[in-house]
Amino acid sequence: MQDEPTPAELTKAVADFLRNDIAPQISGHAAFKLRVAINALDLVTRQLSLQGDSDAAELHGLTMLLGVHGTLAGLNADLAERIAAGDVDLDTPGVKEHLWQTTLAKLAVDQPNYAAYKRETEK
Amino acid sequence: MAAESTEPLLARSVASWCADATGVSAVTRLSGGASQETWSFDIEHPDGNLGAILRRAPAGYGAASGRACGLDTEAALIRRAQEAGVPAPVVLHALDENDGLGTGFIMKRIAGETIPRKILRDELFAAVRPKLAHQLGGILAGIHGLPQAELPELRRMTAAAEIDELADDIAAFNWPRPVFQLALRWLRDRDPGVADRVTLVHGDFRHGNLMIGPDGVRAVLDWELAHLGDPMEDLGWICVNSWRFGEIDRPVGGFGERNDLFAGYEAASGMRIDPSRVKFWEVMGTLRWGVMCCGMMQRFRDGPDHSMERAMIGRRSSETEIDLLRLLAPRA
Repeated sequence: MQDEPTPAELTKAVADFLRNDIAPQISGHAAFKLRVAINALDLVTRQLSLQGDSDAAELHGLTMLLGVHGTLAGLNADLAERIAAGDVDLDTPGVKEHLWQTTLAKLAVDQPNYAAYKRETEK
Repeated sequence: MAAESTEPLLARSVASWCADATGVSAVTRLSGGASQETWSFDIEHPDGNLGAILRRAPAGYGAASGRACGLDTEAALIRRAQEAGVPAPVVLHALDENDGLGTGFIMKRIAGETIPRKILRDELFAAVRPKLAHQLGGILAGIHGLPQAELPELRRMTAAAEIDELADDIAAFNWPRPVFQLALRWLRDRDPGVADRVTLVHGDFRHGNLMIGPDGVRAVLDWELAHLGDPMEDLGWICVNSWRFGEIDRPVGGFGERNDLFAGYEAASGMRIDPSRVKFWEVMGTLRWGVMCCGMMQRFRDGPDHSMERAMIGRRSSETEIDLLRLLAPRA
């Protein structure tokens, strides 16, 4: 069993250090690259914090939609194939809601500031 | 290529085609990777210095590959467009073997802004922003109207071929993408077929490739993805949400309405736009950008460039998934 602090606590601590202590001292192209680095760490922190719950919800959603049990990757591949084959589409009960929930969960990790995500989560 | 070798080669090249030039100065590399470089320099001339830009690729690069038309073709296209009145850089010289600089071309440097956030936010552009969509419509009509007989040889694309290419790319990523599959089905079900009008398509007509001044569009840049196809592809691409840079309620580049883009196009071309055909290409473009982000992830993982920037672009594919859902399955 691994120890504390959690990985998310560590990545947040590093990101906050870079953001608050280092970034004010850096300018030019290095400053741009530093922002990318901080964004990457923030993304990791969010994924580590949110993924447990969102993966569980997604797995439950897929199981309900497809009527079979499996892994997250396997069931997602199954859903993708059924959509490609035309067996499942937006009219299939639950599909639209499922795709929206899983996509919003992705944006919550990848880019919670993306304008379209903010618009959809204000609803 | 190092600055020490570029400068004397540039001076020699300039001397061969620019009468009365006395040399070059301020030779600065603006950007570059392994396969392409952009340099800025001044041509010294008794009548006043001329600002110039060099685009080049070393020997072995710069030819047409994949979606890129190659630097020689790009130079010929820019020249043809500029001569026909499309705002585009003036091509001063297309490189040949005597120049010893590889493949590429030299064009007159233009002052202006290409950074989308500045064009969308700065006071300097406040007066011109409301006019840009209409102006861009007219410019696209001009690009699409260039007679094919006068164009260099170009790749020909159809919607069906594009869909197949995207489907193959997605399969190769080996990562399940239900939303992309939904988009592929939507596109296949609505493929309008080969366009009645097959024209030059710019291929990357969007914010970032448009040089804009307070007076309007000064130049359309980056013609390397040009091809022959359905001109509506260009109108769809500029409306892709990722190129609105946060201004999601202004579909055209984040500064304008579709009606203004269409009106500008119709006024310049005399042709009516079918909005559903443009929407088809906006969906195609959104999916294509998503696939490009996934491709960037592959290149990050495979190397040789394992940069963080590339890795993070891989995480932008999800923005196209929400954009596709907003287009294809909007919530109330």
